Amino acid sequence: MPNQVPLVSYLVLGDDPHLIAHECTNCKARFFDRRNGCAKCFGTEFKDVSLPKEGKVRAFSIVHSAAPGIKVPFVASVIECGTTRVSANIINVDPKPENLKLGMKVKLATYVLGKDEVGTEAIGFGFEPA
Amino acid sequence: MASENLYILGIHMTKFGKYPNRDLIDLAAEAAQGAFKDGGVTMGDMNILAAGNLRGTGRIGQPLQKQIGQTGIPVYNVTNACATGATAMRVVMMAIKAGEADMGLAVGSEKLAGVGLLTGANVKADGKTWTPEGRFDAVSATDGRIGTETMPGVFAQIGMEYGSRYGEVSFETFAKISEKNHYHSTLNPLAAYQKRMSLEEIMKDVMVAYPNTRPMCSANTDGAAATVIVSEKKLRTLSKAQQDRAVKIAASVLTTDPWEDGCQVLANVNTCTREAAKQAYAQAGVGPKDIRLIELHDCFATAELVHYDNLMLCDEGAAVEHFNSGATWREGRQPVNVSGGLESKGHPIAATGIANVWEIATHLRGEAGPRQIEGAKIGMTHVIGLGNTCAIHILQK
Repeated sequence: MPNQVPLVSYLVLGDDPHLIAHECTNCKARFFDRRNGCAKCFGTEFKDVSLPKEGKVRAFSIVHSAAPGIKVPFVASVIECGTTRVSANIINVDPKPENLKLGMKVKLATYVLGKDEVGTEAIGFGFEPA
Repeated sequence: MASENLYILGIHMTKFGKYPNRDLIDLAAEAAQGAFKDGGVTMGDMNILAAGNLRGTGRIGQPLQKQIGQTGIPVYNVTNACATGATAMRVVMMAIKAGEADMGLAVGSEKLAGVGLLTGANVKADGKTWTPEGRFDAVSATDGRIGTETMPGVFAQIGMEYGSRYGEVSFETFAKISEKNHYHSTLNPLAAYQKRMSLEEIMKDVMVAYPNTRPMCSANTDGAAATVIVSEKKLRTLSKAQQDRAVKIAASVLTTDPWEDGCQVLANVNTCTREAAKQAYAQAGVGPKDIRLIELHDCFATAELVHYDNLMLCDEGAAVEHFNSGATWREGRQPVNVSGGLESKGHPIAATGIANVWEIATHLRGEAGPRQIEGAKIGMTHVIGLGNTCAIHILQK
């Protein structure tokens, strides 16, 4: 199996790919990116927590016009994973309004995004209908 | 607001549209000189200049002085996303309230015609090997792979998210909002587009980001707007004619969005707007029902709907019902975006937050001609700067 790297560091690969968040140890606010302090309580300590792999669609848009290199149309969405909202594309679905529904149940899925010159695969993620 | 009232003394906007042969400064100068003429003053009367521009140099104040009067006054160059113009106004107001000035000019100018899709900064070319970069340690571009940073897609989700909270909103409902604004634009000679469009035409137009089709998106245009703001004390020294046309700034508020889960993955334009509205109503001593007309930030048709609720023009969760009642059409109880809104008037970013004040002031002065909303004594403006900022002004005559 080729070497793999995640598209972003909050995607954890391995046997059980999942998303993590950096949780403020004081107020439990969660963040996906590197933070200097907590935007909610100003605390500066975080620990990593795993997110549920299933969620439901809180918002979506079928995007027909995007940056170069991005295949359109695709479905951009906000997924509620437990109490945490996640940005992701809804994948493995024909991107038409009749196939998408607010509140629909979805689950995390990964895919190979591309290979670099030394053959390492970058792995992306999305959510697919559950 | 603090003890002293502030007034719009003069205000002007250029026609929004395409100006291939005019630069940012030409447009800003037209707006500034128009505002001086409207207020019966000159550059020599200004104690402060705040100049807004987002996507050009961002530093147009001093170049503008070279064209309209180089008097040595302090210049503040302002950028605050789509709230840039409104922020420039607030810089002038804060200087007057602080006692550093008694009259000042706020201007916003933008060249946006033909720039195409506005998206986020997260577009990077892949290297030879995957190399983590930035706060997400991303090895490749994330825009389009992890959701979207394109404005039509972001605001589409903002509209859909409202549906998640209060019941699904149909594509047709959002499109009808756009139908209203394009209808309104037919009476506004300064709008970039003055074409009435049927619901069917809007729904069948090019899909940009469902449920926003092209006419449901704000128009990228060039344009500028400027206003002269004066203290009440100074105003009382001016002529009766000047005093008679002055419009009171009954409230001026700027907020940002407080943290809540989800704001990191979808811009939250709701919390900052609701808070700004609450503060603005309190400052002005009025309630939502006292507002005769509103110019709100319809950068996309999906955005207009959520702001009916955020500005408390309807009961919580009742934005669709409010729109379907006909209240927000120009013939309705409380018209919204009689200028045609950003969808047809155009959205030259830094000019927008002053141009909407021009629209309201023009109605309050009874000078709006064929599109005059009768009996307009109190009006409201609202802009959103993505990131997020909300600015609200309540004007009173």
